[in-house]
Amino acid sequence: MGDFLSIAISIAFHGLALAMVLYLISVGLSVTMGLMGFVNLAHGAFAMAGGYAMTTLMNRYGAPFWLALAAAVVIVGLASLVLERVLYRRFYGGGELNQVLLTMGLIFMSVGAATYVWGPVAQPIQLPQALRGQIDLGVRDFPVYRSFLILCGALLVTALWLALERTRFGVRVRAAVDNLAMAQTLGVNTSRLFALAFGLGSALAALGGGLGAELLAITPGYALDNLVYFLIVVAVGGMGSIRGPFVAALIVGVADTAFKYAAPELGAFFIYALTMGLLLWRPRGIFGPA
Amino acid sequence: MPDARALLDAFARRHRLHALEALPWVAAVAAYFAFPDYLALGAQILAVIIFALSVDLVLGYAGIVTLGQAAFFGTGAYTAGILAANGWGEPLTGLLAAGAMAGAIGLLSGAIILRTSGLPLLMQTLVVAAMLSEAANKGGRITGGSDGLQGMEVWPILGKFRFDMFGHTAYLYCLAVLAVAWIAVRALVHSAFGRSLTGIRENVMRMHAIGAPVDRRKLVVYTISAALAGISGGLIAQTTQFVGLGVLSLERSGTILIMLIIGGVGQLYGAFIGVPLYMIAQDRFSTIDPTYWYFWIGLFMVLMVVFAPGGVLGFFARRRARREKP
Repeated sequence: MGDFLSIAISIAFHGLALAMVLYLISVGLSVTMGLMGFVNLAHGAFAMAGGYAMTTLMNRYGAPFWLALAAAVVIVGLASLVLERVLYRRFYGGGELNQVLLTMGLIFMSVGAATYVWGPVAQPIQLPQALRGQIDLGVRDFPVYRSFLILCGALLVTALWLALERTRFGVRVRAAVDNLAMAQTLGVNTSRLFALAFGLGSALAALGGGLGAELLAITPGYALDNLVYFLIVVAVGGMGSIRGPFVAALIVGVADTAFKYAAPELGAFFIYALTMGLLLWRPRGIFGPA
Repeated sequence: MPDARALLDAFARRHRLHALEALPWVAAVAAYFAFPDYLALGAQILAVIIFALSVDLVLGYAGIVTLGQAAFFGTGAYTAGILAANGWGEPLTGLLAAGAMAGAIGLLSGAIILRTSGLPLLMQTLVVAAMLSEAANKGGRITGGSDGLQGMEVWPILGKFRFDMFGHTAYLYCLAVLAVAWIAVRALVHSAFGRSLTGIRENVMRMHAIGAPVDRRKLVVYTISAALAGISGGLIAQTTQFVGLGVLSLERSGTILIMLIIGGVGQLYGAFIGVPLYMIAQDRFSTIDPTYWYFWIGLFMVLMVVFAPGGVLGFFARRRARREKP
């Protein structure tokens, strides 16, 4: 019994940590899909860019972890704003096929560029002293890094939820998701709103990529290899929402960890079956319209 | 506004063979004599055109956006491969088995997932392919897992034509299968069934309203398309004598979609333009720059979508429209 409990706690813990990383990366994707109707398959490339920026600043220039992480988030956020203005903006509402072609092209470019600059192997990441080892939370010891990930995720989802529910910006985003034409008629500058939401989503992805570099290794194939997981989180959670992807990320993170522990010979099979079941039950996501 | 008679005329003529339609075949035969050193690549291109045709059927005609067509391509490849590796190397029956198996998977998965549409459907197609890929990965005793399927032995075609190392037989074999597939697909899209698919793509509500069995037609075309993709996968397996996990990958589903978009969707000939263009570009880039060619092909795709949306056929259609405008 004690063994079972210990395993269950361990799975829950690892699963939650993975869920937080998945959530951080996917929430921006959910917002761009809900807000601009844009299927940004290359969203994972921003997370990868965050991971590379952070590890490079640390390994090559000796920057401390926190500074490198913050700088990575800012760099990727700003770069994504440029990309949005130059490329993405032309294709809002322009048909899924062009969006797929554009964003798959960007994924391929990210793979080639990352291989060119950093080579094919995963980037080593040196966690700061404060995040290493175990922490005693009274009941038992927990790995500090994963505890920290869970804490970060919880704080961020609260902050995002407050921002969406309580600020002017949040009201505009919700209005534009519900009815774009009406929001424009009422004087919402949707072009600027799109750019801001896109930049924010990419910055969050970079944060997820940097923070989660130990769970999802930073390799050139990052954007393509993890795409299925990001898309599952968005599709299961529902587009254009903050809460949906969070619940979906929890389900995916914990279920995937549990299944891979319980039946490693079946690998990721269960999580796909679960996704299929959920999508058949609620095609628009658990929190989308039925 | 064109008058009614001209419109009627155009309708009556639309499925008659046009002189331009001979072009791909002339080019394919000419390429056989002109590039004897590239026949292996040529055979692959011809086989992948069948794959692109299968995507065009569901995407271009029935309007089902799929990111999981590799599920059927891979099923066909593994079926043909496993047969040939286990003592049945007869290519034609192997190919039929590949098509039948992929069609069965298409029928089965289609019956479940075609109830949804849009992004949820796109996700379901992706998940079906991911499940099969994971099954092939973990079923190493039968599929060879991540090492790939080893030891395929494909017998001579009709007991006479042996697969040679220069790819002469492979090229002509793929060309013949492509010709049969093309005739079938062309007849299909110009039939009443094909027109009703276009109707479903353009206005589902209306097709329901006039009493068309929308769900059944979608399932039928999905199954046919899956079988076609399976035949393409079987061809690749037989001509390269190897099957790896890549045949079921998301990358495979994505790139075939891209090849079709580059050529032009829903016009039957997009596959004949996009596939050679993409695969030759890929071959050239990977020769010039074996490590970073991904970057160049990505750049090519981005430039394409910015400057020539609608693919090559879309580009020509726009030019023609501009010229005809007074």
